[in-house]
Amino acid sequence: MRRLFKLSLQKPELASALLLLLLVIVFQVRSDNVFLSTNNIRGILGILPETALVAVGVTLLMICGEFDLSVGSVFALMPMTMAVLVVGGWPFWLAVLAGLGLCALIGFLNGWITIRFDIPSFITTLGMLFMARSLTVVISGGFPPRIKPGEVPSWLFVGFVDEGGLVRASVLWFAGIAILISLLLSRTNFGNWVRATGGFPPAASAMGIATGKVKIACFMICSVLAGFAGMIQSLRLNSFLPSIGEGMELQAVASAVIGGTSLFGGVGSVLGGVIGATLIRVIDNGMVLSQIDANWFKFAIGALTIFAVVGNAWLRRKGRAMKVETDK
Amino acid sequence: MTTPIIETRNLHKWYSGVHALKGVSLKVEPGQALGLVGDNGAGKSTLINILSGLHQQDEGEILLEGQPVNIRNPKDAMRLGIETIYQYNSMVPLMTISRNVFIGREPLKWSIGGFGILDERKMREDSVKAIADVDLHLRSPDALVGELSGGQRQGVAIARAMHFKSKVMILDEPTNHLSVKETAKVIGFVQGLKAQGVTAIFISHNMHHVFACCDRIVAMALGQIVLDKPVSETSIEEVSEML
Repeated sequence: MRRLFKLSLQKPELASALLLLLLVIVFQVRSDNVFLSTNNIRGILGILPETALVAVGVTLLMICGEFDLSVGSVFALMPMTMAVLVVGGWPFWLAVLAGLGLCALIGFLNGWITIRFDIPSFITTLGMLFMARSLTVVISGGFPPRIKPGEVPSWLFVGFVDEGGLVRASVLWFAGIAILISLLLSRTNFGNWVRATGGFPPAASAMGIATGKVKIACFMICSVLAGFAGMIQSLRLNSFLPSIGEGMELQAVASAVIGGTSLFGGVGSVLGGVIGATLIRVIDNGMVLSQIDANWFKFAIGALTIFAVVGNAWLRRKGRAMKVETDK
Repeated sequence: MTTPIIETRNLHKWYSGVHALKGVSLKVEPGQALGLVGDNGAGKSTLINILSGLHQQDEGEILLEGQPVNIRNPKDAMRLGIETIYQYNSMVPLMTISRNVFIGREPLKWSIGGFGILDERKMREDSVKAIADVDLHLRSPDALVGELSGGQRQGVAIARAMHFKSKVMILDEPTNHLSVKETAKVIGFVQGLKAQGVTAIFISHNMHHVFACCDRIVAMALGQIVLDKPVSETSIEEVSEML
């Protein structure tokens, strides 16, 4: 029992999971039981897959020891590209592939420039943040493209999958992708290389891992996930705006960090990133329902980020200090 | 005379204006434990980095068991049976022992194009066996490398090299930052290599460590070999004199 306790203390996701549980209870009480009502859960489940997908990609990249600030812009660029192509007469699926291809290219450039010129990815992707956002406005020509409802099979991504209209297809897409990335990280040799590359680069390259290629792959996955998430949001709202996803990059980093991912690489989990993203959504929504001034939202996220990092470090230290044999 | 397991001929290396290696020719016999000594900047690290694939020579050639080889990266070196153990022991502290043993060479249950699902059971079992083979006793392959002592980490690094059947093991300052006890342990590992027929190149600037476990001493200064004698025919004083 104590052994289990020690092991779980050292799990970085634990603190945020407990906090999530606590907040759900608090908001449920404060909102007179509206928080966990069907209508509200539907609302949360509408946005959550979109922000959480971005967080999953950013978490993967951060475990690999890099950083992506361009996800918010890519989030807008992908659906805009797709919509412009669809309006221009392209078949839907081809337009989707082209959009995702563009995201992959941006991810590749982010990674390649970072590694080839040995500059911090913070800078590379900050540049890409502006470039991709600008590109989004440019290709829209100033007028958001209009796609008539029913013209594209958006039900495949955002249609409700259950009778009661609670769960959208996007939840399933998100769950599937998150599980896939999580398995990629924990069960495959690629995942081992990602952790080694982020954990201690000299060791990884001395052991023959092509750390540059591993990082570029993570940049690409991160960008593609951000673009895919943006497409889901645009299809859900059925509007293609060049302004969506602004500020999302930092929320994604906050999600990852709140979920126990280290800024220095090598540490973290997809589950942690998902919990972090959920926490942010729950706070956003719960504050409104509890009739707290919504302008406090960013304050709460900021405080939570700092608190989570300090708390995680503290719990891990406590866990390590517990004198219990963890082996059989 | 037997074919040298590893031989360098006239190796040169320049680093932007610095002539770091000035024609180093060295033959290492199979099973030998060679101690490579020299002051900082003598060129021993450069030589080792070339042999382990981190850098490439500008001139000269390397022969492995009499065959010329081209070592372009660490993977090439490992494939040829040259394993290097660095002073920072090339392990990722936040990963488990079994994961560290197989970094870059993971056994897979199935794979497509080099990517696949890890065979974690095999990783665990093989790493336990590999560690036991070098007489190191650790509690669990699931412990994080960061929780091990410096000497234990070097032990795991040596176990890893042994597991992959290295022919030549290069140990680059493996005793740096280790306590007296741990150093003795690492020196013990090196002595154990001989029994297993593994050739060792042991780099250190601590003469006592080198003399304790090697049977031949090569000293380098200013990019050249300045002394090459069996341990029995030289002394710490003579070698120190040359550096």
